[in-house]
Amino acid sequence: MAFFFEVLIGGLLSGIMYSLVALGFVLIFKASGVFNFAQGAMVYFAALAVVGFIDKGVPLWASVILAFIVMTLFGIATEKFVLRKMVNQPPIALFMATIGLAFFVEGLAPLLFGNDVRPLDIGLVDEPIPAILDSLNIVVSRFDLTAAGLAALLVIVLALFFQYTRVGRALRAVADDHQAALSIGIPLQHIWALVWAVAGFVALVAGMLWGARNGVQFALTFTALKALPVLILGGFTSVPGAIVGGLIIGASEKLAEIYIPPLMQSVFSGNFGGIEGWFPYVMALLFLLVRPEGLFGEKHIDRV
Amino acid sequence: MFYRETGQFKTSYGADQQIFPIRQDRIGIVLLLAVAFVGVPALGSEYFFSAILIPFLIFSLAALGLNILTGYAGQLSLGSAAFMAVGAYAAYNFQVRVEGMPVLVSFVLAGLTAAGVGILFGLPSLRIKGFYLAVATLAAQFFIVWCLTKFPYLSNDSSSGVISVPGVSILGFDFDTPRSKYLLVLTLVTLLALAAKNMVRSTTGRAWMAVRDMDVAAEVIGIRLMHTKLLAFAVSSFYCGVAGALYAFCYLGSVEPDGFSLDMSFRILFMIIVGGVGSILGSFLGAAFILLLPIFLDIVLPALSELLHLPFDGATVSHIQLMVFGALIMFFLVVEPHGLARLWQIAKEKLRLWPFPH
Amino acid sequence: MIKKSKQFIVAAAVSAACLAGAFGPAQAAEEQYFMLPSYRVGPYGANGAAWYGGFIDYLSYVNMKGGIDGVQIAWDECETEYNNAKGVECYERLKAKAKAAPGPIHVMSTGISYALVDKTAADKLPLAMMGYGLTMAVDGSVFPWAFPLVTTYQMQASAIIKFLKDKNAGSLAGKKIVYLYHDSAYGKEPILALEAESRLNKFELVQIPVAHPGNEQGAQWQRIRQEKPDYVIMWGWGVMNMTALKTAQKMGFPREKMIGSWWAGSEEDVVPAGDAAKGYMSATWNVSGKGVPLIADIEKTVYGGGKGNLSDKSKLGTILYNRGVSAAVLSVESIRAAQAKYGKGKAMNPEQVRWGMENLNLDDARLKALGATGLLPEVKTSCDNHEGSGKVKLQQWDGSKWVVLSDWLEGNKALIHPLFQADAKKYAKEKGITPRDCAAEAKKK
Repeated sequence: MAFFFEVLIGGLLSGIMYSLVALGFVLIFKASGVFNFAQGAMVYFAALAVVGFIDKGVPLWASVILAFIVMTLFGIATEKFVLRKMVNQPPIALFMATIGLAFFVEGLAPLLFGNDVRPLDIGLVDEPIPAILDSLNIVVSRFDLTAAGLAALLVIVLALFFQYTRVGRALRAVADDHQAALSIGIPLQHIWALVWAVAGFVALVAGMLWGARNGVQFALTFTALKALPVLILGGFTSVPGAIVGGLIIGASEKLAEIYIPPLMQSVFSGNFGGIEGWFPYVMALLFLLVRPEGLFGEKHIDRV
Repeated sequence: MFYRETGQFKTSYGADQQIFPIRQDRIGIVLLLAVAFVGVPALGSEYFFSAILIPFLIFSLAALGLNILTGYAGQLSLGSAAFMAVGAYAAYNFQVRVEGMPVLVSFVLAGLTAAGVGILFGLPSLRIKGFYLAVATLAAQFFIVWCLTKFPYLSNDSSSGVISVPGVSILGFDFDTPRSKYLLVLTLVTLLALAAKNMVRSTTGRAWMAVRDMDVAAEVIGIRLMHTKLLAFAVSSFYCGVAGALYAFCYLGSVEPDGFSLDMSFRILFMIIVGGVGSILGSFLGAAFILLLPIFLDIVLPALSELLHLPFDGATVSHIQLMVFGALIMFFLVVEPHGLARLWQIAKEKLRLWPFPH
Repeated sequence: MIKKSKQFIVAAAVSAACLAGAFGPAQAAEEQYFMLPSYRVGPYGANGAAWYGGFIDYLSYVNMKGGIDGVQIAWDECETEYNNAKGVECYERLKAKAKAAPGPIHVMSTGISYALVDKTAADKLPLAMMGYGLTMAVDGSVFPWAFPLVTTYQMQASAIIKFLKDKNAGSLAGKKIVYLYHDSAYGKEPILALEAESRLNKFELVQIPVAHPGNEQGAQWQRIRQEKPDYVIMWGWGVMNMTALKTAQKMGFPREKMIGSWWAGSEEDVVPAGDAAKGYMSATWNVSGKGVPLIADIEKTVYGGGKGNLSDKSKLGTILYNRGVSAAVLSVESIRAAQAKYGKGKAMNPEQVRWGMENLNLDDARLKALGATGLLPEVKTSCDNHEGSGKVKLQQWDGSKWVVLSDWLEGNKALIHPLFQADAKKYAKEKGITPRDCAAEAKKK
């Protein structure tokens, strides 16, 4: 039973790491209706910027600030050169543009900051917490726990920001209807630039945590693949949804990886591990069949 | 002037309903096919056949399949490569396991197998829409590739999961040169493209477009949603499946499940977006653009940097290539969101009058 | 408008010139041409940059020392992004130029090499797969044009088992070994060999696959923790390696009991893992460091002459850089072997290069003459053995560099090679290939 809980806790904590990436998607989707495929590339860009500055001899804290500035500039540039010119295009066209953006960033980031795989030391050692290990024989990673705390903090700040600030309200108005928001005098362009900057910040946090966990390298772009099922499960427009979705996906994926392959092995012969690639997607898919708009998504009503 | 349909009177239903009602289009198509079937094989080099034309045709076919689903029936899919994988592995298994199976029959059966799998993964489309569906089709992408890796039966017990296809031979004729393979692929792609062109202007095609534009409205006017959507998934997967079989048999020769990656699915999606969503011609133009642009950049950029004495090393050039590729996609979407096919349409409109102003 | 059309003309002229370059007539007579479908971007770009950097540096080095008995080496790179279709396009594009006097083709990608095995055989061009690719090509009777030189995944796995056996006083009976692998062709190749070893040496083998890309391995390592194995053998690639090391640390599994394959044992894999990598072992078929005279000489000659290929010189002497150099050494030595038979100072045609690769005899004396003693094992190929060595060394990461732990260890050839032959036989049957008669060819000589 201890093992079950160990897997469960490990899964929940991993799930939070997925949520962090998913948050970036949610923010941009909420504010501009754009499914930003480049979010994974932005995570990579942000982390690479941090280690790039560190390589040039800048201390960690200053590198983080510089990286944030880079991400903000990137957000503004994206708005100015791409999104502004695509107002009122169908969502699919915007989605495609972000795929182009992903390619662009995947070329730009290593060009600016180097292509080598580098470590990122943010002063957190990833070791089991001894007290829990000794008393319950369950491994709980200190790093993951800290990351989860950070994620929770980030979500609270974002939720407050969306709910109670002027900008937050404007953001929600823009998300509902671009044109209506424009017509009542909300400066669409500023709002979009801002939301891309915020998404860049989230990408920075995610990139630093993932980078410290696995090394800063191109594979950070793959974190997006972990975030997508979280996104469908939680709903594209919900910040809490991203967190709850992450928890569910993380826990179920780890439990499935442990317990399903042996079952399959007893039916067919062979080795059926490595189901983590598809399991979250299939689960999210099954879930969608019951609730097509995700856990916390806004219900969409079709009118003829 | 060059493209005027005035004066072409249709005197029968047959004439009015033919696949290319305008004379210039008919001449154009015949010329194009003549060039493709006679001119190109006479002139093209081996490199053109095996590295450019064959993959171009195969990816056009896959893009066509996706375009039927996404462009005509409005169901966004990110799993095209997986359906190609189903086609490739199915064709391989039919060839290896059934003694004396004709290759063309294997291709058709591969398409049908892919269609079956497509219907299975199309079922959620009855409940889910838009981006939710797109992410759901990713489930197909990952699940299918995993299955192909995991069940040794599917790769004929190859220890690595890689299949190496036998040679293609039809009625005793061996298709072993790049030129003959090109002709085989071209024939199949032409037939399937004409079939698709016909399909999208039939009742089926109109039903797809109605569903795409608004499925609730389509249902109200009596279109059976389930039937229409699943048919779109089946037809689309059939095309992708045949493309996958051709990919294995006429292009690479050896394929591994991981080769049909998500990356490839995206590539196919780019093709239809750049080429034109909801356009048969667009599938071909988009495939040409997405395949040829990196090759073009690969050839031009290093030469250019040498010419201008820029201090670029190999890695820098590769990175710039990627950036230019991404930037061009965005550029196209900003300038012409309806794709290259739309540019062609504009050109036709212009040609109608040109060179006279009125 | 005029300005635009001018730009267009310039662009068209440039591209026409390039096309002419790509498809132009063969180069001057005495030149050996290497096509290099390399990769420097994408998920494995960092690995490719180091490997191809080493490879190209050695070619420059040979040229600066007067070529291969006077024959200069030329080469072209083509970016594949580790993508199969792009790799095939690169091959087809450069193939015409390589027809006259090719060097062995190196793609450093298992997927691309699979796609090229048939094509190179049809085009009669020599394909080298050094430590990757289609392992059954060891059987040269079925694969005359493909060379998995030096060693293969299976032989490597067997050598690792041998190392562990030596460490445990000659017996692994009753031990438990986890095989943690990248769930792809690469990770699946050694399974049959490990299963055979497990039957022979009576240890328990637990197989745990990791889904691509492997950036999340919590569940796998929890399972390992529960299984309590004596050793973990890891077949990882790219991000999977550092994630495994980090997760092992997280789970408290000692890295001293982890042994990686040679694609999981470069600086690129352990440096990003930081302290988590300390004590981790891996197999390798070439050593790292600038201690090898050849590497030091390359630094002096090539970089001293300003012709170095690496933009980041710190990669000089890393595992992957040295592996690129080793691969280039083997390629050049094959051409030398061919020249010895068919005429010194002449460019060799594909058939001659192939002969050279099949009759390569890189012994200790020759390695010493090259200044490459200890860099790579002795290699001696033949018609029925395109591998030529099957030896690896074990190395351990001490936190800043790789420390070599063992001498060259050879896998259990008697156990492993029949597996290749069985696979090759099946392949030949499926493809309708009639195998060459190696014994008869050997007699003729």
